[in-house]
Amino acid sequence: MDLALVWFFIIAILWTGYLVLEGFDFGVGMLMSLLPRGDAAHREKERRVLVNSIGPLWDGNEVWLITAGGATFAAFPEWYATLFSGFYLPLLLILVALIVRGVAFEYRGKIADAVWARRCDIAIQVGSWVPAVLWGVAFANLVRGVQLDEAHQYVGGFWALLNPFALLGGATTLVLFLLHGAVFVALKTDGEIRGRARRFAGVLSLVAVLVAGGWALWAQLAFSVTWTWAVVVVAALGLVGVALTNRAGREGWAFGLSAVTIVAAVVLIFGSMYPDVMPGLDGGNSLTIAEASSTPYTLTIMTWVAVFLTPLVILYQGWTYWVFRRRLTVDHIPAPAGLTWKKIKESAF
Amino acid sequence: MEALDLARWQFGITTVYHFIFVPLTIGLAPLVAIMQTAWVRTGNERWLRLTKFFGKLFLINFALGVVTGIVQEFQFGMNWSEYSRFVGDVFGAPLAMEALAAFFVESVFLGVWIFGWDRVNKKVHLACIWAVAVAVNLSAFFILAANSWMQHPVGARYNPETGRAEMENIWAILGNNTLWAAFPHAVAAAFLTAGTFVAGIAAWWMVRLARTKQPESVELARNVYRPAVILGTVVMLVAGVGVALSGDVQGKLMFEQQPGKMASAEALCDGEEAANFSILTIGDLSNSCEGVRHVLEVPGLASYLGTGHFSGPDSFLPGVNDVQEQYSEKFGATDEAGNEISYTPNLAVTYWSFRLMIGFAAGSALLALAALWFTRGGRVSDNKWLARIGIAAIPTPFLASSFGWIFTEMGRQPWVVAPNPTGIDQIRLLTMNGVSEVVSPGMVLTSMIVFTLLYGVLAFVWYRLMHRYAIEGVPRTVRDESPEAAGDDSDRPLSFAY
Repeated sequence: MDLALVWFFIIAILWTGYLVLEGFDFGVGMLMSLLPRGDAAHREKERRVLVNSIGPLWDGNEVWLITAGGATFAAFPEWYATLFSGFYLPLLLILVALIVRGVAFEYRGKIADAVWARRCDIAIQVGSWVPAVLWGVAFANLVRGVQLDEAHQYVGGFWALLNPFALLGGATTLVLFLLHGAVFVALKTDGEIRGRARRFAGVLSLVAVLVAGGWALWAQLAFSVTWTWAVVVVAALGLVGVALTNRAGREGWAFGLSAVTIVAAVVLIFGSMYPDVMPGLDGGNSLTIAEASSTPYTLTIMTWVAVFLTPLVILYQGWTYWVFRRRLTVDHIPAPAGLTWKKIKESAF
Repeated sequence: MEALDLARWQFGITTVYHFIFVPLTIGLAPLVAIMQTAWVRTGNERWLRLTKFFGKLFLINFALGVVTGIVQEFQFGMNWSEYSRFVGDVFGAPLAMEALAAFFVESVFLGVWIFGWDRVNKKVHLACIWAVAVAVNLSAFFILAANSWMQHPVGARYNPETGRAEMENIWAILGNNTLWAAFPHAVAAAFLTAGTFVAGIAAWWMVRLARTKQPESVELARNVYRPAVILGTVVMLVAGVGVALSGDVQGKLMFEQQPGKMASAEALCDGEEAANFSILTIGDLSNSCEGVRHVLEVPGLASYLGTGHFSGPDSFLPGVNDVQEQYSEKFGATDEAGNEISYTPNLAVTYWSFRLMIGFAAGSALLALAALWFTRGGRVSDNKWLARIGIAAIPTPFLASSFGWIFTEMGRQPWVVAPNPTGIDQIRLLTMNGVSEVVSPGMVLTSMIVFTLLYGVLAFVWYRLMHRYAIEGVPRTVRDESPEAAGDDSDRPLSFAY
């Protein structure tokens, strides 16, 4: 088989890994102020349940993005160059969001102070909402096609990226990640917050059917090919399955099915793009897989590396999910271990 | 300013900033792993207390390294898309390998290490920090493979149809002699940074406790902090020798591979034999040779650094004027717009960053000597000067690393991919031809302002946390939290939580 095509698949797999995994930790981040209830102390404990449910996992999830980026650079330099310079401002916003989010996760518990925790929560939420929307906007534009010149440079500008189809795409990833996060919380926690997450997931799954279903139909009718109808059906069944299994309290199934929905969305996106990596608007000046790809030698080397290492990654990353499999409750949350704000302000050197 | 200047400033700011956190991570991960190994093997609590203490500082530092690292990967495509098109076939591979072989290992196993004290058994937990320690060093290898190719492109051919470099031999790229000089140099510098960090903080604590004259405080100084001072000092000494030796090899390679960089490091205008190494030079900032005046010189040393000969015909070092003449002839005197191309790096920056790199590295040497002297024969020192030198030395290897990078990157200019004198001439790219064509100056300026402000705030928080957690000292009590010691009780609160 053509190696460039293999790498088109591998890139799709890497994005799938990223969106399925970081999708739920974006969801958990967005739920930080939506799920916790009760008095201030209890809400803080529930927020810490949420943070700690993804604490050991979020960084490993984010590496899928770095790998997708690096692999795109290695296997499709032209795609990497056009995409990253063309989608400049959205990527800048995503970078800023990921930075403040990651720092907030890691530093939240380092200072035991309510105001500090609030600030970190804001950073976590902004850092989760923004990329949850923007990844959808970016991928929807790749489905729709963007304005490219003859040298395959993106010349559409920033505002052209915010077209109705792309904005609905942003709403789609937003709702899917929120749902994915809610079913994850239901699966990973216990006590009141688990019940609330389930009820929230129940409502969200209906919203998701409307929003994601609408976007998928639009994508399918306007921009895609016949075989991806099958994917749209899988996505729809996945969402209905989430609603049913969630209602029945089968949380593992609900999480698995929401993952299936996200996988189906990625397949729909990449299936619509094929045989281009960067479709031109109305088909003009499209950058194809063949045009964008590296040489067969580079692709061969990278194939060996990917074939050898990716299963290993899945194995040991899967192991950490096993290690941290137990459900968290507010009773598991220890007293804050960070230094108090007063101490931080003291200086001794 | 044009997009080119802004993009260069942005790359400089984000990269130097990222590399504040990186060397400490690379060096400290193995040191924490050594401390934890000592605990697991001896059961002596001192090592567990040190592991927890330096482990916490390691994590505060690691977080910023991670988040600023994503920017590094993205900005090649965002600001330097023409560069990315030219080199992608070659340059992308080590980046992807770094992600797959190193980043996954470090982030996944660090997660287990942070949260897993009571989840996995003691040996597995120890293996996790070792996995992190190996992975961060592997990461340095791959990123330096990519950078070394920009300094000295090998293992690639030029495709005249696409006008791009294509990978021909991955083993040549991973076996690049520039890489095998740069990797030990950067890793040794990282260990020097971490050794200084550990010894500096531990020395301050040892002195502080010893000065209280309270028996239990002096005991803590002797029992816990003194061993950390010794560990840090040994690492500093070994790493310091490694930095010097690998740096010497690099200097000689640079003389062969990038004569312009070597010449401007010495602010040498016209080539000469037995060239002197100047300690102080006065020049104007016009980057012309006219105003350069060497004030304090060591005879023949510059020639030795470059060629291994102090004098004689073999000691000839070309000057920037020779390089300019040679490159103008070979690669053209003017660019596409008809402007003359200067093949001379910024003399003031290159000259001074080279000296500041060497000078700041000596800060660690001072601490190492002081620490050896004051702790000789089992002594627990209460000498104020040791504490002062300890604290003052901590930032010096960070500064040395920063200036080292500024030197090697600024000294490569005007090239982003420097031509290999014994390679293929077409594989070369001027920095000005690497910048993104579709990105406006306003966009680059926006992102530069955003990153600079954000990074400023983060630096402030990072410093406050590192500072405060360092003066918090080792935990007063520690216990063996491993499941085999404490039992596997899933109703117990988490041993560690955010």
